Amino acid sequence: MSAHTDTIDEFVASEYKYGFVTDIESESLDPGLNEDVVRFISAKKNEPEWLLEWRLKALRHFEKMENPTWPHVKYPPVDFQEISYYSAPKKKGDGPKSLDEVDPKLLETYEKLGVPLHERARLAGVAVDAVFDSESIGTTFKEDLAKAGVIFCSISEAVQEHPELVKKYIGKVVPYTDNFYAALNSAVFSDGSFVYIPKGTRCPMELSTYFRINAANTGQFERTLIVAEESSHVSYLEGCTAPMRDENQLHAAVVELVALDNAEIKYSTVQNWYPGDEEGRGGIYNFVTKRGICKTNAKISWTQVETGSAITWKYPSVILQGDNSIGEFYSVALTNKAQQADTGTKMVHIGKNTRSTIVSKGISAGKGQNSYRGLVQVGKKATNARNFSQCDSLLIGDKCGAHTFPYIEAKNPSASIEHEATTSKIGEDQIFYCNQRGLEPQDAVNMIVNGFCKEVFRELPMEFAVEAQKLLDVSLEGSVG
Amino acid sequence: MSSATTNETPPAPVEAFAQVEQAGGPLLPLRKAGLARFAERGYPTTSDEDWRFTSLKPLADLPFLPTLEPLGQALGQADIADITFGQHDVDRLVFIDGHFSSDLSIILEQPDGVTITNLSNRLSGLENEIGSLSANDENPFIALNDAFFTDGALIQIPANGSLAKPVHLVFLSTANEASQATHIRNWIEAGANAQGTIIESHLSLGQAVASTNVVTETRVSAGANLEHIKFQDQSLNAIHLASLHSELSNDARYAFHSFALGARLSRNNLRMRLAKPGIECVLNGLYMTRADQLADHHMIVDHAAPHCDSHEYFNGILDDQSRGVFHGRILVQPVAQKTDAKQTNKNLILSDNATANTKPQLEIYADDVKCTHGATIGEMDDDAIFYLRARGLDTKTARRMLMHGFAGEIVDRIQHDGVREELDQLVWNRLEGEHHLD
Repeated sequence: MSAHTDTIDEFVASEYKYGFVTDIESESLDPGLNEDVVRFISAKKNEPEWLLEWRLKALRHFEKMENPTWPHVKYPPVDFQEISYYSAPKKKGDGPKSLDEVDPKLLETYEKLGVPLHERARLAGVAVDAVFDSESIGTTFKEDLAKAGVIFCSISEAVQEHPELVKKYIGKVVPYTDNFYAALNSAVFSDGSFVYIPKGTRCPMELSTYFRINAANTGQFERTLIVAEESSHVSYLEGCTAPMRDENQLHAAVVELVALDNAEIKYSTVQNWYPGDEEGRGGIYNFVTKRGICKTNAKISWTQVETGSAITWKYPSVILQGDNSIGEFYSVALTNKAQQADTGTKMVHIGKNTRSTIVSKGISAGKGQNSYRGLVQVGKKATNARNFSQCDSLLIGDKCGAHTFPYIEAKNPSASIEHEATTSKIGEDQIFYCNQRGLEPQDAVNMIVNGFCKEVFRELPMEFAVEAQKLLDVSLEGSVG
Repeated sequence: MSSATTNETPPAPVEAFAQVEQAGGPLLPLRKAGLARFAERGYPTTSDEDWRFTSLKPLADLPFLPTLEPLGQALGQADIADITFGQHDVDRLVFIDGHFSSDLSIILEQPDGVTITNLSNRLSGLENEIGSLSANDENPFIALNDAFFTDGALIQIPANGSLAKPVHLVFLSTANEASQATHIRNWIEAGANAQGTIIESHLSLGQAVASTNVVTETRVSAGANLEHIKFQDQSLNAIHLASLHSELSNDARYAFHSFALGARLSRNNLRMRLAKPGIECVLNGLYMTRADQLADHHMIVDHAAPHCDSHEYFNGILDDQSRGVFHGRILVQPVAQKTDAKQTNKNLILSDNATANTKPQLEIYADDVKCTHGATIGEMDDDAIFYLRARGLDTKTARRMLMHGFAGEIVDRIQHDGVREELDQLVWNRLEGEHHLD
């Protein structure tokens, strides 16, 4: 045990490499939350009356709610009046018409992050919508996508260009009354991505959004809406980073997915917000509501790799409303230093023959606390519903914790539900076995952890899988169980 | 802690307390504190996380009539001759509505130092013990029990001693009037290396909507080995609330078996504290419900020392519109390295309207541990039925056989031969007679 202490310490100290700040002039609203702020955001975006009304209703509802205390995380109360609810890179004149006009400093930022925004990214074959603080700064490959009938743009743009679609679907899967942070988001959301895949279309490329928090004292409240019409297919990726700062910053996003009959949505996230230091100073509070609804024969698959954030609190869920629909959730959550994660999923079986799979892998190191919290609910009419859940936890070091809080509710006798969970550590015998075969202890740990997460990584699109694996390797530098 | 209460302060328990206060006695401080705690909290509601699936409305709506005096029904040996485990060679303590019946009890010779009696008979020296293991529990029913308990069993086995034969605790409810509330308190202590088997039965002779609230505290010292079988078979109108608080010491072994067959609403709170190394703790249970029954098991196994094993096995068979609720939490504290904890909950649903709610939880703060849990809910396995049919059994027989196996898994863990065999037969007859097996 003692022989490994140094390397564990080293691991705990490993650096966050996206912690730089871009020095760019930005336009921020003074901190505070009130009706004027909501009106300002809405006016800034030139929003129609109905959307403003909706935001105001959400704000009024939010003011009546209390911050929930049930998650297994500890943090000082958030003062919602201390946060600036709008921050955007300052635009010259009317703003950029195309990516070429975007401030080169911004593009440089994304270059540093490894996000391909320029057309040379064609090689990567991924269309990107980049969100910098509150604003979307540019979307690539718009034309190619338009040819296929796919709409991929920022949600503010969608409000202007396709108001009927936004109005039809926004808030339908996650209503503003849903929870505390969903209400807050509905009131003050500033931007996000909008995707619409027409009937019978297979989206020709992977769609991707890159979120970046840059300004200090701001919260990021983005809203993503993906609508997949009948028999369509889309794969969507999401990545996030933020600079290193001493204070905590709030990120409260809402993601809504609508998969109509026979449609399929695959939503992948690599979340690497700044996690704070080993004392728990700074870092992002990542309080996110993600939910999808599946109509007949539809499928929604969530895959997430959560390595960042001081506190992660999210449950990507699927409502299996249509018969024969499928929900999947694959997750790797790593907590290191003083990070805390309370994450999992909800699978709500309503239709007949609905199926869901949950594979959750939690890795705790340093003083990290990692909780899986999930709900599998089978309604009375969900004949032949099937669920399989597996939640495995891996502990590295003796100051961390791994917890599992599953809820299983079944009201139909033909339902078949299985839940399994294990908690273990990397055995010294496993490391020894690898050492004998010439592997450094570090490589052995990486290999074992990657093996532990394989079931999840396999679900990620290729480019992301490589990135996720690297991310995990970096985060695990120096660790030996 | 969000503690929403149904009424501001249910007036009934406060009023009923006057009589308890008048009686006085060495436990009055405990009773007063209990009443105060209850008055503060009131009955839990479904917005309390621990009671999320179990609504106490049927109880909270009733007036509160504690059975502070015997209800006066005279019972003879003949009345209880047929009760389950009645034919075994055991020592027997019988309580009627929470009051000791010396006529029906049989205590034959036990080795020196063994105490088997009713609690109110031997209170001296226990004033500071009673309530010591349950003190930190927020469950308002413990507070209510502290205030109102009338009697219960006291079993003390000295160091290196053992019970000559099992002790059978029989708790009868004769209540024929709705809302009569019986409060029972048991204290069980096993000294170092002591051994024994304890059987606890809860039965109803009356059919009223009456409630039983039993709190049992068990202290198992180093190296002791205790088997505790609880058999709850009250009337389908009854409300049964129970808490068990056990503190286990070095290398102790404690097996608790819970059979929840009766009562319209039953709740078993099990709180195990594994405070010293080398403990083996088994919690084993079977709930079979039908009609509008609800059976709830809620347990927390607290691993507060290294090298302890805990195993929880709970199977449920749910019929009609009944509900089975399971909440199991294994808490592994930072010091509890080398913990081996296992938790399973399996539910078999026999009808379209039955519901199963299960929350098997792990909360782990130590790294060198082996913890697993599993939960299943479903119908009988078609493959297994096919397997048996392929070997010449008809569907009906195959289903029965599997069901027998499902219940038998739990029954088989009872070590006492006589009790195991009797329960095996009883469970089987019950399934055949009352459940929709086909």
